[in-house]
Amino acid sequence: MAEAMKIDELDIRLKQEILEVLPEGNFDLCFTCGTCTGGCPASEQFDMDPRKLIRMLNLGLDEQVRKSPWIWVCSMCARCVFACPMNVDIPKLVYNLRKSVPREQRPKGIMGSCDQHIRSGNAMGVPKDDFVFTVTDVAEEIAEEQPLFKDLRVTVDRKGANMVLNQNSREPVTEPDELGPLWKILHTVGADWTYPSIMWAGENYCMFLADDEGWRYIIEEFTYHIDNNIKAPLVVNTE
Amino acid sequence: MRKFNIPHKFQLITIIELYAQWIREGKLVVSSDWNRDLKVKFTVQDPCNIARKTGSNKIVDDLRFVVKRVAGEENFVETIPNRDNNFCCGGGGGALQAGFTDQRQAYGRTKFNQIAATGADYVIAPCHNCHGQIEDIGRLYGGSYHVVHLWTIICLAMGVLGENERSYLGPDLAEVGLNRDK
Repeated sequence: MAEAMKIDELDIRLKQEILEVLPEGNFDLCFTCGTCTGGCPASEQFDMDPRKLIRMLNLGLDEQVRKSPWIWVCSMCARCVFACPMNVDIPKLVYNLRKSVPREQRPKGIMGSCDQHIRSGNAMGVPKDDFVFTVTDVAEEIAEEQPLFKDLRVTVDRKGANMVLNQNSREPVTEPDELGPLWKILHTVGADWTYPSIMWAGENYCMFLADDEGWRYIIEEFTYHIDNNIKAPLVVNTE
Repeated sequence: MRKFNIPHKFQLITIIELYAQWIREGKLVVSSDWNRDLKVKFTVQDPCNIARKTGSNKIVDDLRFVVKRVAGEENFVETIPNRDNNFCCGGGGGALQAGFTDQRQAYGRTKFNQIAATGADYVIAPCHNCHGQIEDIGRLYGGSYHVVHLWTIICLAMGVLGENERSYLGPDLAEVGLNRDK
């Protein structure tokens, strides 16, 4: 027969480690009501759910928690903590669990996109010149072929523009024609806008990878470029 | 920026808020007349990051305002639950690149059922991860909906959507408002 767990003798390390960087995690406040799990679309995947994760953490089942790939299925959508009566911060727990995995053991797809972004300013690894060429080329085509939009122009790094747009790299790379409608709207309202050439993409896979250093680098480079080079008062997220 | 406390001088907003503002100000003139007789039904996917995770429903309410103006109020159907109580589609948090495809698609089953229950012909997904995931689960579970960018429907309602800008539209909207002389 299995032996009962002796609560006073548990060796609880992972929880303490995470609470040191996440004191507002409230893991001890969980009273196992299961509201989180009832509304979690990731429940049951890999035989895991949010309530179970908290239980395992609180019982010091550190190795089993560390082994579960569930932390990469959970999308950190925050529906659990939104509903939780005790504010147990499961998404931030998941983020910190991701962070506790050695970087080279995190999912290759996410890591690749993060590394590309650090290197080239977008998750798809498109060189800056290709991005500038694509947007300029598509804009010229619209201006030539559609009389209503003959004055439509797209600029990159235009100093003094009122707004800077970021763009998910999938559009210029795989579906450039999808950019047209967005630009036509901006043109119609007379928006004074430009694209940045540095960290121009809207996505950020370093955040998903839980790579704080990479995430921070991307945001710092972007922020510096907007504030000091383009000097636009407004940044517009297009997704 | 908030997470790392990075100082910045600019303000960060979403284009959805600007679309709504421009329509309210009359700078962006749109009409849902194209859909009065067609009655093509639309629903929206509320991306977690602009709904629940902003701590306010402002952006997703602006999203509804815009969609109702461009597609017609009577042609908008809510996915339930919605806004800050929405279900994540399962494409976020890096899931599309994480390599656990079976689990990601099982996760998306809930969202698929919610969308299917609306009977909508089109899902507006103003987030690339949502867009990709909802297309994928639609194909997998036999959905009949199309997933579109909001700007496509705005241009349709402005009467300026070009022929090559319709790749996400179904045959029902392939010719609507198409003026080859413009």
